[in-house]
Amino acid sequence: MAPPVPPPAATPKPGGLRGWLYKRFPIQEFIADQLTGYYAPKNFNFWYFFGSLALVVLVLQLATGIFLTMFYKPGEATSFDSVEFIMREVQWGWLIRYMHSTGASVFFIVVYLHMFRALLYGSYKAPRELLWLLGMLVYLALMAEAFFGYVLPWGNMSFWGAQVIVNLFGTIPVIGSDLVLWIRGDYGIADATLGRFFALHVAAVPLAILLLVALHLVALHQTGSNNPDGIEIKERVGADGHPLDGIPFHPYYTVKDIMGVGVMLIFIAIVVFFVPSFGGVFLEAPNFEPANPMSTPEHIAPVWYFTPYYAILRAVPDQRAGALLMFLAVALFVFLPWLDRSPVKSMRYRGLLSRGALAIFAVSFVALGYLGLQPAEGLYVILARVFGVGYFSFFLLMPWYSRIDKVKPVPERVRFHGHA
Amino acid sequence: MGTRSGALLLACLLAGGAAAAAEPQAGGGAGSDWMSWRAHDDVTNTASLQRGARNFMGYCLGCHGLKYERYSRLGIDLGLTPEELQKFLISPGDKPADYILTSMPAADAASWFGKTPPDLSLMARARGADYIYQFLKTFYVDSSRATGANNVRLAATSMPAVLSELEGLKRAVFKDEQEKGGDGKLMTVHVFDHFEQIAPGRLSAAEYDDFVHDTVNFLDYVGEPTQAERRALGIWVVLFLLVFTWLAWLLKQQYWKDVH
Repeated sequence: MAPPVPPPAATPKPGGLRGWLYKRFPIQEFIADQLTGYYAPKNFNFWYFFGSLALVVLVLQLATGIFLTMFYKPGEATSFDSVEFIMREVQWGWLIRYMHSTGASVFFIVVYLHMFRALLYGSYKAPRELLWLLGMLVYLALMAEAFFGYVLPWGNMSFWGAQVIVNLFGTIPVIGSDLVLWIRGDYGIADATLGRFFALHVAAVPLAILLLVALHLVALHQTGSNNPDGIEIKERVGADGHPLDGIPFHPYYTVKDIMGVGVMLIFIAIVVFFVPSFGGVFLEAPNFEPANPMSTPEHIAPVWYFTPYYAILRAVPDQRAGALLMFLAVALFVFLPWLDRSPVKSMRYRGLLSRGALAIFAVSFVALGYLGLQPAEGLYVILARVFGVGYFSFFLLMPWYSRIDKVKPVPERVRFHGHA
Repeated sequence: MGTRSGALLLACLLAGGAAAAAEPQAGGGAGSDWMSWRAHDDVTNTASLQRGARNFMGYCLGCHGLKYERYSRLGIDLGLTPEELQKFLISPGDKPADYILTSMPAADAASWFGKTPPDLSLMARARGADYIYQFLKTFYVDSSRATGANNVRLAATSMPAVLSELEGLKRAVFKDEQEKGGDGKLMTVHVFDHFEQIAPGRLSAAEYDDFVHDTVNFLDYVGEPTQAERRALGIWVVLFLLVFTWLAWLLKQQYWKDVH
């Protein structure tokens, strides 16, 4: 069977208000180019939900964030109280706040799964290197956004978390201590720090994220999506000029993604309504005590989405070397398109070496995430070193194992089993 | 204050006597198992919350405030009429819209106890209900402390044993254990073993346990006053989303019939 034929791009122009609008603004052209005329591979699987889900979470965070901004008051004397005011006295304030705090964690879950998908199917490889780099910039901006946001409630973990993370910049030779002073705007994490973190969290970084996401989508639509088989569908075009293995994004993937959004919202609702602090992982218990420079929490740990890197930081005895390795752990993702020498994209057609390396990486990442939440002592530190080696080997040995790995022949067309 | 508490106690007993009987009894024997004690808090038990509020106003508010909670909110959430609220719970001179604040000046408190007694609005969220439950049940006589009391859960606490009038007095029995220190050498450490009751209080052990249970339950409620509403609403939201997702799945199946 031939793939479904989309409506022709040049549909007759309607009259009335729509006609008036269409003559003045390229709405029809946009829909035809980017939705009904954008052909995506028809064999997307489970892993391909997370891009659109990330976009939905972004909108959710922006919407809830705007309402929180109406009542939140940055400042040493006001931040903590204003969050409790939102939780207790603002109509539905508790719901908005829990959606926002849960949304932060969900954002990272979705983005990590989205990134893992890219590792699984080689989505970062040519011709999608720029798409990957723009995605990495989104990820970096997201980490900054989450960090600034975490400080705002001004709980004791906000304070000490900020203290630890800002001090990491102090390990930079020569300029370190001046840089830390410049970031904080004071000799400690204080009122000035809160003010600037608030500005960055609600204006600067969200704008950067929106711009980067837009660029990420532009790059995606230029190259077209990769797929679980790692085949370029544009190379096999039908008589109508469209890829044989492609289907229009709208309506096929819009209806499919709506279903995915429904599933994600069920998970979010379960957390928001039944376990909003998620056993102290999404909202940490010490953060229900106001920031107190005189009282250090028993274990300082960042929120779970930073703990793989935090575990690497603490696994190294020398603080400066630890900080360097931690930054490297994030930065290595950027070089993936050039570290990977495999002739095929998808793990489906790669051999044991690549598959094993990816499995070691995934296990190491999750294990480091767990270890970063535990105290840095005894066996935990030793395990963090073992899994840290696993983490870095995935990247640093990639030029070697991806080249000698035995690959299987890649089929000409994508594998897809439609409905009966 | 005594008559006020007594009247509320009577009202509560009439309203929620049955609920009180069903509450779990915690605390094994002489207290050697204190680490496994659980508060078994249930914020939907309004009668327990009412008794807890009465306990708080009678025994805690002298030093600890609930600065994020208004009396009026308490009245609504605990199912009290404005008259009942005024009669049983509101401190003299306070209005219903006022926050529940202690009248003890913070500076004086700091000089008397060495530390300002903390506001308890969020204590159940910061430390957990079990922590408060264990704390209130592990006071013991210790003449080496300025307050004459010490605590197993929070060693060297600044808080005096204000509930000993109800609980009676306990002595802590310690045992010596050998433990490896940081330098690898064995050293003798003084470890808590069990309690011995040395003077009875006004309440029996079971009654005191109920008293602490209600008080902790109340503090759990104050930690997040919307939590009961949150859970009740959540069921409907999840049900709606299940139906929505099912419809979305049907729609997706319908469209994807054409894709081969």
